[in-house]
Amino acid sequence: MYTIEVQNLTKRFGSFTAVNNISFQVKKGEIFGFLGANGAGKTTAMKMMCGLLLPTSGSARIAGYDLKSESKQIKKEIGYMSQRFSLYDDLTIKENMMLFGTIYKVPKQELNERIEGHLTELNLMNHKDQLVSSIPLGWKQKLAFSTALLHRPKIVFLDEPTSGVDPIVRREFWSLIYKAAAQGVTIFITTHYMDEASYCERISIMAEGDLKLIGTPTDLKIRMGVNTIEELFTHFVNR
Amino acid sequence: MSVIQVQNLNKSYNNLQALTEISFELYKGEIFGIIGPDGAGKSTLFNILATLLAPNSGYVSILGMDLNKDYKKIRKEIGYLPGTFSLYPDLTVLENLKFFAAMYQSGIKENLAMIMPIWRQLIPFKNRLAGKLSGGMKQKLALCCALVHKPHILLLDEPTTGVDPVSRREFWELLAQIKSYGISVLVSTPYMDEVTRCDRIALLEKGRFIVIDTPSQIIKDYEGKLYALKTDELFHLLELLDQYGENCSFYPYGEYLHISFYQDVGQAVDRFKNFLNQNQISYNSFQEITPILEDCFIELIKKSRDVYH
Ligand SMILES: Nc1ncnc2c1ncn2[C@@H]1O[C@H](COP(=O)(O)OP(=O)(O)OP(=O)(O)O)[C@@H](O)[C@H]1O
Ligand SMILES: [Mg+2]
Repeated sequence: MYTIEVQNLTKRFGSFTAVNNISFQVKKGEIFGFLGANGAGKTTAMKMMCGLLLPTSGSARIAGYDLKSESKQIKKEIGYMSQRFSLYDDLTIKENMMLFGTIYKVPKQELNERIEGHLTELNLMNHKDQLVSSIPLGWKQKLAFSTALLHRPKIVFLDEPTSGVDPIVRREFWSLIYKAAAQGVTIFITTHYMDEASYCERISIMAEGDLKLIGTPTDLKIRMGVNTIEELFTHFVNR
Repeated sequence: MSVIQVQNLNKSYNNLQALTEISFELYKGEIFGIIGPDGAGKSTLFNILATLLAPNSGYVSILGMDLNKDYKKIRKEIGYLPGTFSLYPDLTVLENLKFFAAMYQSGIKENLAMIMPIWRQLIPFKNRLAGKLSGGMKQKLALCCALVHKPHILLLDEPTTGVDPVSRREFWELLAQIKSYGISVLVSTPYMDEVTRCDRIALLEKGRFIVIDTPSQIIKDYEGKLYALKTDELFHLLELLDQYGENCSFYPYGEYLHISFYQDVGQAVDRFKNFLNQNQISYNSFQEITPILEDCFIELIKKSRDVYH
């Protein structure tokens, strides 16, 4: 069963094509790595799938809903962590979670329980009244991920969640991803760390708006006759 | 000859001790890497050296000038790329570059050759507003802006965060060129593969330097015996290992699980294989490997916190 089905999705800014006619599917509970060079069109494509940016043409079904006519329902079923800013620095950890939970209309009692659950899992219970501005980046990112899960979405879109995060916390972040995926949440993630690409069940590579390649990391390496994902990636960057 | 000297530097914010007794030197023409976990104090150190933040105590001299007295002169001699963006989103790519050059009374023509390997990638978009660039493209532009006046010292706080792997390689080739002009570079990065290219590395943990050394020496000093296991059940195995009471450390590394053993390695390895068999974990390969800097980093941080996995 597919939770993401993208058909000929295109985005132009004036005469510049940022996303060029891409099509693919992602299965329920799959961890899907969306790779590509800087400016390849990853964030643009992701914003369209989340209903934050209007496609120039093409269509998509996200969590079973049509992107054009049912974008309200889609927003309830997805979580989104944007590249860089996803929490409010001047609110505390708990306030941030309350705010997002309330926006998504999670019932009060339920919300409190879920927040407590997540904070315990992250070992942040003792820090819940600390301002988000005062905590290290890696904590923020793990917190933002948990916050994106508060309304129990079917899919989470993660745009470079581990960029700048240290090697230890990066691995902790991936454990959280695996836990969520094991519970059936579909993970759609971008990253520039090639070791993380191999934690994905399938990956795709975009270059200059085109979706060049899609498959499991192992199959793609065999198909392209390379030993590492980094070589695979380099192959599709035109210089 | 050293271009930066730091002695017993301390900095605290309210009750939080951000930097404790930091001492080091940056030599002329050296690439000095600073690594450390999130929140270790890297950006605080950069902000102090860039004269934007005053230390509580300690002595800093930059190009022979006292940081406290001559900060205005110092500013002209350094190029600083802060960890958070410093571009003007409403100016175009080219206008941003011109602005930064003008700020330092430098033309862009003289130094364009130096930044060309990165600038070249932005030329097709030179009339686009900086606010409309992708994340990594913004980072590349910020880098060009920090370099455009050809400073004596470059302070780069995570210049490649969010930059794709191919461009990151090109960027480090550029740094090597910059070094050949005699420019000294202090750089922090979360990508451990990059620090291999530094002359020396300092590891900052909880506001203190716990190691300052060359990459090759840090690798030589690795204490455990490192093994790599290849299995299709990586994350399942990691969960099982939560209950593994032995004195070793382990973490995923791409397709592999890395495991470091400390004592009686031969027996420890056998016990580990038994554990795999008991739990019916099948694997493709399991062998000793030479650590790379990421392994050293993980090990040093864990050791300094005195907790194993
Ligand atoms: N509003 C906009 N107006 C004009 N061009 C835009 C706009 N938004 C994005 N672009 C351009 O579209 C291209 C794709 O950008 P996008 O942010 O999707 O890249 P990306 O793959 O996410 O890159 P990165 O890895 O650097 O984050 C870039 O050339 C970018 O400058
Ligand atoms: Mg992006």
